[in-house]
Amino acid sequence: MAEQNVLVFLPVLPSGELVGSAAGLLGAAAQLGTPVGVLVAGAGQGQAAAQAAGELGAAKVYLTENDDAPTTLTAPALEAVAAAWEATDPEAVLVPNDIDGRDIAARLAVRTSSAVAADAVGVHRDAEGVVAEHSVYGSAFTTESAPTHGALIITLREGAVEARAEAAQPEVITLDAAQPKSAAAVITGFAENVEASSRPDLRSAKIVVSGGRGLGSKEGFGLAEQLADALGAGLGASRAAVDAGYAPYSLQVGQTGVSVAPDLYIALGISGAVQHQAGMQTAKTIVAINKDPEAPIFDIADFGIVGDAFEVVPQLIETIKAKAQ
Amino acid sequence: MKIVVLVKEVPDSYGERKLNLTTGLADREASEKVLDEITGRAVEAAVSYAESADEVEIALLSMGPESAESTLRKTLAMGGDSAHHVVDEALLGADLTLTAQVLAAAVQKIGFDLVIAGDASSDGAGGLLPAMVAEQLGVAHATSLDSLQISAEAVTGERAGYGGTVSVQAQLPAVVSVTERLPDPRFPGFKGIMQAKKKPLETYSLADLGVDASADVPRSIMLSVSQTPARTAGEKITDEGDAGKRLAEYLIEKKVV
Ligand SMILES: Cc1cc2nc3c(=O)[nH]c(=O)nc-3n(C[C@H](O)[C@H](O)[C@H](O)COP(=O)(O)OP(=O)(O)OC[C@H]3O[C@@H](n4cnc5c(N)ncnc54)[C@H](O)[C@@H]3O)c2cc1C
Ligand SMILES: Nc1ncnc2c1ncn2[C@@H]1O[C@H](COP(=O)(O)O)[C@@H](O)[C@H]1O
Repeated sequence: MAEQNVLVFLPVLPSGELVGSAAGLLGAAAQLGTPVGVLVAGAGQGQAAAQAAGELGAAKVYLTENDDAPTTLTAPALEAVAAAWEATDPEAVLVPNDIDGRDIAARLAVRTSSAVAADAVGVHRDAEGVVAEHSVYGSAFTTESAPTHGALIITLREGAVEARAEAAQPEVITLDAAQPKSAAAVITGFAENVEASSRPDLRSAKIVVSGGRGLGSKEGFGLAEQLADALGAGLGASRAAVDAGYAPYSLQVGQTGVSVAPDLYIALGISGAVQHQAGMQTAKTIVAINKDPEAPIFDIADFGIVGDAFEVVPQLIETIKAKAQ
Repeated sequence: MKIVVLVKEVPDSYGERKLNLTTGLADREASEKVLDEITGRAVEAAVSYAESADEVEIALLSMGPESAESTLRKTLAMGGDSAHHVVDEALLGADLTLTAQVLAAAVQKIGFDLVIAGDASSDGAGGLLPAMVAEQLGVAHATSLDSLQISAEAVTGERAGYGGTVSVQAQLPAVVSVTERLPDPRFPGFKGIMQAKKKPLETYSLADLGVDASADVPRSIMLSVSQTPARTAGEKITDEGDAGKRLAEYLIEKKVV
């Protein structure tokens, strides 16, 4: 049997670069069949993005270039994926489990009358076909799902799949932008993130340092930033820290924020409420620094320090810097 | 204008949430059922708009087991004019495709200009339903809005996009979903609770909605479910002035830094 096609929606940043989740998406796709990328890029950006997708394992790329910045929500990407679906008869479709990815998956599933697997943390194949793996209730349970028949549309949790595909020299097929087939909202403005941070993305970082309400203020939250920079880590926050304005919402880790699974998670001044744990308890190693010996974060920490983060962390940074020299 | 709010009942995340290891379904006995916090915010968005505009009618819709009725009553106490409960044995373990089909059919039956939902359920269902319902209804979606303005003709708001913030506008009819950035839901007062008792609450079966749960269309099925071993506490030390050094040694020894 020929290898099955697996469509992968690969979002492109305004700069023309692929978003960070691309490597994991293509890595997951390669575990199932032949990765076929779908790209919607700005004018003149497409070929470079397609080559980048090839380096991450896309054997084929369906490319649409927009002349202008997109003016309708979801529709350009949805129509591109739908056209690639028509052309390739895929066995599975993978999209990132982010806002745009979910919108595409949702509409495509209804349109093609397909089964969906939401927020998968892994994929594999059994005798019957494609299987999606899920981590439920903040990873207290693991489940597997599959379609009764037909293709499976999967939203893949960012950073969850470590497998990487072998680089390929992609065949690039150009698609014309299609007219939206569903009613769509219009995009009236776009404000590029200004603080293009030099830190690794929270979702895919190997190390994450998160700060909580215990850091006391926006200035105090700087302690988490310093440690993140000393370790080359991504930065996260608890909801209480976000609500208090210490950090932007995009950094919220937990049930209603981002789920992360880094090699090392360091929680500073975070009590470890279940809703926070839900987003970080699959980290390989968890370190917690908290003044309160009874804080629930210690129940899941591999290394817990009962102490003041403002005393422990500077010494930690100093020691690590000294060792590095 | 008629607004339908999609209201969901979920296991309380403060309690122990369990899946039945045989059926893979949520274990109803294991935990309290509560109004999902995010759908509380969706109701709040509708109610606060109704307070500022004329002739806004709010219908609250939920698909769920019998228990969802009391959650709907509690939600009615926050505001809204009527509640609508889809309950049917055949919906036990319904997948997303079926749920979207059922909710869309109920929304059609109720009639709507705007549907407001939460962006994602806290029981981990994945944030797909609002856009699925929009596609079923053949209307525009504007999902995961961090801000929302409603007018008689359109909705506008902002949401996170790749590398920045996107401003969007959808002409009505439309489906929107909102994030935690929207205001907290209000606490229903005594007056609200008393009034809620008199508000209509209608129930629907699948037959009422003309949906066939056993139709031969692709469904997502659960193949297996297992409990992840609980994480256990490791080493715990109290800082005596050297904890930063000791942590550095631990991290270096574990080769994570
Ligand atoms: C539906 C729902 C969804 C939620 N979703 C999320 C979510 O996605 N993410 C999330 O994080 N929360 C979420 N929450 C909130 C969660 O319940 C907690 O309120 C929140 O995680 C608490 O944040 P915190 O640990 O920073 O604050 P706190 O609980 O106030 O803890 C602060 C900690 O800092 C310690 N401390 C104080 N000073 C110092 C110091 N100098 N050094 C060291 N330690 C110090 C204190 O001992 C304390 O333990 C949700 C809640 C609900 C109801
Ligand atoms: N069974 C349900 N009944 C009513 N609304 C629902 C139901 N399931 C999901 N929703 C709505 O869809 C939103 C997103 O849910 P989900 O896609 O399940 O994460 C929720 O916040 C609700 O507004």
